[in-house]
Amino acid sequence: MKHVAILQFPGTNCDLDTKYAFEKLGCTTTVVWHKENELPSNADLVVVPGGFSYGDYLRSGAIAKFSPIMSAVEEFAKKGGKVLGICNGFQILTEAGLLPGALKRNIGLHFISKFQTLKVVNNSNAFLQKCDKDEVLNIPIAHADGNYYIDEEAFKELEDNEQILVRYSNEKGEPVVVNGSVTSIAGVCNKEKNVFGLMPHPERALESILGSEDGVKMLEGLIA
Amino acid sequence: MSAIYNKLGKKMTAIVNIFLKQGVLDPQGKAIHHALDAMNFEGVEDVRMGKQIVLKLSTNNKEEAQKEVEKMAEEILANTVIEDYTIELI
Repeated sequence: MKHVAILQFPGTNCDLDTKYAFEKLGCTTTVVWHKENELPSNADLVVVPGGFSYGDYLRSGAIAKFSPIMSAVEEFAKKGGKVLGICNGFQILTEAGLLPGALKRNIGLHFISKFQTLKVVNNSNAFLQKCDKDEVLNIPIAHADGNYYIDEEAFKELEDNEQILVRYSNEKGEPVVVNGSVTSIAGVCNKEKNVFGLMPHPERALESILGSEDGVKMLEGLIA
Repeated sequence: MSAIYNKLGKKMTAIVNIFLKQGVLDPQGKAIHHALDAMNFEGVEDVRMGKQIVLKLSTNNKEEAQKEVEKMAEEILANTVIEDYTIELI
């Protein structure tokens, strides 16, 4: 049975959804307060969940990266441990330098909350191994700062290393502009493919009664 | 006025201005530009929105202050992936 450590910062609000999700998928979980210095020794996966850590002050995720627990997360990732950042968690991981690029204010300045179709760009990684390449998934998004930016040179590297995970798309898998992200990128991973980040919320898409269960095969990849 | 105070050994203030880098689209600046256009303010070619952080320092040593504030800007105040900053010491 896999054990999932879920970080909790002041302002995190998806910690319990994430806990519910991984327990539903058969994992045990620990919610870890950001002031802790260590992760549970049996953690197989660390999830940085969504929310508004530190009220998004300064920049989304900018202050959370200095919380004591983040040194432990960096150490865990450096040793090859799997880390997933969802929404604000993605922002925190880019601010901490664990993922490339940065997330800016949405192009239309609105907070966007809706179901969104996504195209799987690469599945040569633990996270999306259970999804097909070019598969279209239906996953909720809910963010104001999801406009992914990366400079041209670093973008090329992302593409060449198959680090782009998902893109906002229509139902046919053609990219669509949702928040202004460079080439409609919705999620990326690091070069080593053990740190993952995305703006959409797979943990909110596990039950058809709630609109979609496409999140199951995303999260299952990480605990396979 | 503050410059005179500093000569007398008063403490320094650092003003850090942070803007998105040239070439990085600034959605807020663009929205302000649209609003100005809609209000018939003419002659605005571009709008960039940034933020200003004012730090009261406990030192009056300019060199030391410059070095320290630069470090703050690099490490937390700005995200140098997308932002540039300037530092003004008074």
